[in-house]
Amino acid sequence: MNNIIVYLEIEDGIVGDVSLELLTKGRALADQLKCKLEAVAGGFKLDGIGAQVFPYGVDTLYIADDKRMAPYTTLPHTSLLVNLFKEEKPQIALMGATSVGRDLGPRVSSALFSGLTADCTSLEIGTYEDKKAGKKYENLLYQIRPAFGGNIVATIVNPECRPQMATVREGVMKKEIRNPKYKGETKILEITKYISDTDFVLDVVERHIEKARINLKGSPIIVAGGYGMGSAENFKILYDLADVLGAEVGASRAAVDAGLCEHERQIGQTGVTVRPKLYIACGISGQIQHIAGMQESAMIIAINSDPNAPINTIADYVITGTVEEVIPKMIQYYKKNSK
Amino acid sequence: MSFNIVVLAKQVPDTRNVGKDAMKADGTVNRAALPAIYNPEDLNALEQALRLKSQIEGATVHVLTMGPARAAEIIRESMYRGADGGYLLSGREFAGSDTLATSYALACAIRKIEKVDIILCGRQAIDGDTAQVGPQVAEKLGLPQITYAEEIIDLKNNVITVKRRLERGVEVVKGALPMVVTVNGSAAPCRPRHAKLTMKYKHAATPTEKQESGSDYTDLYDTHPYLNIDEWGVNDIEHDIQWLGLSGSPTKVKQIESVVFTAKESKRLTPANNEIEDLMKELIANHTIG
Repeated sequence: MNNIIVYLEIEDGIVGDVSLELLTKGRALADQLKCKLEAVAGGFKLDGIGAQVFPYGVDTLYIADDKRMAPYTTLPHTSLLVNLFKEEKPQIALMGATSVGRDLGPRVSSALFSGLTADCTSLEIGTYEDKKAGKKYENLLYQIRPAFGGNIVATIVNPECRPQMATVREGVMKKEIRNPKYKGETKILEITKYISDTDFVLDVVERHIEKARINLKGSPIIVAGGYGMGSAENFKILYDLADVLGAEVGASRAAVDAGLCEHERQIGQTGVTVRPKLYIACGISGQIQHIAGMQESAMIIAINSDPNAPINTIADYVITGTVEEVIPKMIQYYKKNSK
Repeated sequence: MSFNIVVLAKQVPDTRNVGKDAMKADGTVNRAALPAIYNPEDLNALEQALRLKSQIEGATVHVLTMGPARAAEIIRESMYRGADGGYLLSGREFAGSDTLATSYALACAIRKIEKVDIILCGRQAIDGDTAQVGPQVAEKLGLPQITYAEEIIDLKNNVITVKRRLERGVEVVKGALPMVVTVNGSAAPCRPRHAKLTMKYKHAATPTEKQESGSDYTDLYDTHPYLNIDEWGVNDIEHDIQWLGLSGSPTKVKQIESVVFTAKESKRLTPANNEIEDLMKELIANHTIG
């Protein structure tokens, strides 16, 4: 009772990174609140899930194993969570801000009348005072998220309703094993107690899910391009530099919106958060929404023809010049001086 | 056979191109500095609605929006693009609504509309980026949902087939109407329709707008009833007041901060050969690269 529950996203029997990141955060919050960390898995052939999640410090794993639970559809997974939450009364429920979590979370929150905060960038525990009602609350979940295009950061609380629900995007939290030998308990749920046959109203006719091709989060060096790159054609020299350095190519939201680069490579509040040892920002002006996703990079080089581009203020090196001129030189002098 | 399509739309401040004057000194949003626009993904939803209308005999498209009086602008814009009309849900009782209170109010308004076959809306609005209202409305109405829709592939015998765009792929799903479908920004854009429609609906107005503009055109609205945009207040919908506005919003804003980044001491370089070479040498020497 009153524990923290993380909803596990599962694809082909593998728990998604976003869920493991949430378990890591959930474990830290559970320690602080002195409660249990629990996880719930809905799907088919889930025998291998325990071994994947217990090392992250999961105390209880709920399993709803049924052929009809995979692939994910909205209503059965909603019923699973709604009925489990009614029984277990968790104080906090976390899920990924993915096309699954953002489909499921609002549905569950609407059914339970519990508040949900989307796309949190930070979760903390704290107090809250409702001065109007003269009430003080201890140990609430602070759900911290950017709003208005990233220009403000809001701290949201749910004083009265439980569970306090939040979604978090992949890559925002760190993933860290608590103890490889951590032992939790597995509870197999009886499907018919949680899910009704009438929940299976959607047929998944076709499904093509690719394995993540681009590993921005794990790349030690990132070469990122912005709107200032001008065209998809110009973006190619970023790939040339990335090839030479063994880097991955990223992009700002403006570049993605303009069609210069695919969405999977977007870095920032509405893309991936990265912490590489070197970040080379090319033709990126430095909107808050982008900076928030890369400011923790160990070293930042900004290449921009505008000497007053906002990104320059957080860069270790500012090269004022055009990307077309600077990058070929970087490639040339790297090749000349390495080996 | 009638086929009634309802599009949920929102007028939003344009947060995509936020300038320096968008934030006030006290850290609050200066709404006056941001133009109010039709939420982009709601336009994608409208496009899907209009495509269905053109395929289905007797189909109608109505736009439902909740907001202040001026939000009627997006209903008019919808009519220019081919919608048959719309409903503005407005009143101070709705102020301070979070996504849950908003979806409750919208669900109450939808129940007032007779026989709704499909509800379309954008995946999310750019002022909050939450993507919650569509699924929450569906839950309140007890309807299934398809989110992240990119294309309605087929609609036959009341069964809809939809292609969804997910982070790492696509999925095609099929289910029976009525249903809520939220449309992704990757779906077809809402192309401008016939300019004649703009002329036809130029004077479409809500009762509040008619009052404010004076009584010059009173006859016009009697002879052209399609120019009347419905405006509903809290008393026009069946509701329980505790689920509306602030009291119906479980989430509270504890604090708002403007974002400020700490500036670093930067080294300034030019593209001169020796400067770039020195930089690369330094990066190799301290094992940042190589």
